[in-house]
Amino acid sequence: MPFGLLKYGLNRRYPKDPLYGKPKSLKPSYDVVIIGAGGHGLAAAYYLAKDYGITDIAVLDKGYLAGGNTARNTAIIRSNYLTPEGVQFYDESVRLYQGLSKDLDFNILYSERGHLTLAHTDAAIRTARWRAEVNKHLGVNSELILPDRIAELCPELSLAEDVRYPILGALYHAPGAIARHDAVAWTYARAAAALGVEIHTETEVTGIQIENGRAVGVETKAGTISCGRVLQAVAGMSSVVAKMAGLELPIRSIPLQACVTEPVKPFLDPIIVSGSLHVYVSQSDRGELVMGGSVDPYPLYSTRSTLEFKEELMMHMLELFPFIGNLRVLRQWAGIADMTPDFSPVMGATPVKNYYIDSGWGTWGFKATPVCGKRMAESVATGIVPDVLLPFALERFFRFEQVGERGAASVGH
Amino acid sequence: MKTLNCPLNGPRNITEFAYGGEVEKMPAPDAGAHDWAAYVFIEKNTRGVVREWWMHLPTSYWFIADRNTESNEVIATYPADEIFIEKTGFTGDG
Repeated sequence: MPFGLLKYGLNRRYPKDPLYGKPKSLKPSYDVVIIGAGGHGLAAAYYLAKDYGITDIAVLDKGYLAGGNTARNTAIIRSNYLTPEGVQFYDESVRLYQGLSKDLDFNILYSERGHLTLAHTDAAIRTARWRAEVNKHLGVNSELILPDRIAELCPELSLAEDVRYPILGALYHAPGAIARHDAVAWTYARAAAALGVEIHTETEVTGIQIENGRAVGVETKAGTISCGRVLQAVAGMSSVVAKMAGLELPIRSIPLQACVTEPVKPFLDPIIVSGSLHVYVSQSDRGELVMGGSVDPYPLYSTRSTLEFKEELMMHMLELFPFIGNLRVLRQWAGIADMTPDFSPVMGATPVKNYYIDSGWGTWGFKATPVCGKRMAESVATGIVPDVLLPFALERFFRFEQVGERGAASVGH
Repeated sequence: MKTLNCPLNGPRNITEFAYGGEVEKMPAPDAGAHDWAAYVFIEKNTRGVVREWWMHLPTSYWFIADRNTESNEVIATYPADEIFIEKTGFTGDG
């Protein structure tokens, strides 16, 4: 805003625009309590308020706003999955993302880059072709391309044949994008609060009250509240919170590490992913290379960093981009990922009545934020889990109907 | 570098080991699909001290480790026969 710039440009007392008014203390009762003020929980709160007129909602979080995996991902958005269930679901998410800045009047810096999943083996080429065909069948723009086309799209990528894993082809997904991950949570927080939703950060949930198999209240460090329905959206801590409701999940909590380099001039337009090399990289608007690798080899509830992760990641990064050898790593972090046996989420209703779950988001939760919020809101508001979520129900493991998602990132296939 | 003390091979880099899941009681062979699904897929995913299976990859040696999943501190490692003292009832006529 030019006028604001003139008025406050040289003033130290620039008025800070709060995203939302801090709510007063907790009320004794709410229609809906959402545990977890990350992207998913805030999006669900927003769609509950906007689409279903349910505004008596408290979103609780033990930490600060969107400080969990919403702040720790690599911000990639795509829908080029393998299973029809996955593709349809993420396609809806991509379409919601594309309109999000406009719909909610908040710039999430959505940047469509194109997404290349490199294939280094015949098996990977086969999977890429399979994914391309499933995607095309469902109206998602994906195609298998060969090195000549890869060189056009990403001339910086080393297509040398005398390396350990030469590039044979790639799955090209033109709508692949990145967005400012924090802004996604902020926009939902602001929009939800404007509709009357209360966001209580630093309010840790310590217990779930259940009567006759029905969730009736939530115990927090700031007191006990009764509620009509509860939605749990606490990736990384899903098993810990679910246990309070007496539920056990098919989830292991495993750290996923990532890092960024110092910023350099823009040179990398598309997002580059390699399942075989366990690498994914994109260049942020600031010029940093945002890089991630595979999940850690064993479960842990700690966001510590390891040298092994960096060694393995850099070894493969240098094979793809030999000239970045002199770049320094600026920051490194980890998030705790909810890993499921079939690399698909666990969402929907649970054996506890009025207790809904949004978990198992492994390494792929950020890209699902809008659709997950919208569809979980539908589940909570109507009590009917929509068709698009049914394949991801917790019971699938007892019916032996897993959704084997080999399009998931940072996991071996 | 994180090390794990293998009961057979001594302290080794943790990258030489594979994680094998929490030690849980296996259901009876005829326990039914539900119990077996729970055993195979559902995880306790304990936050705190856990008794779990590990394998030293180069020697294919399975053993047990007690590890704190919040601090990543390994409290003890020991051979599996310290807790599995009963013989399994395979008759060998299958």
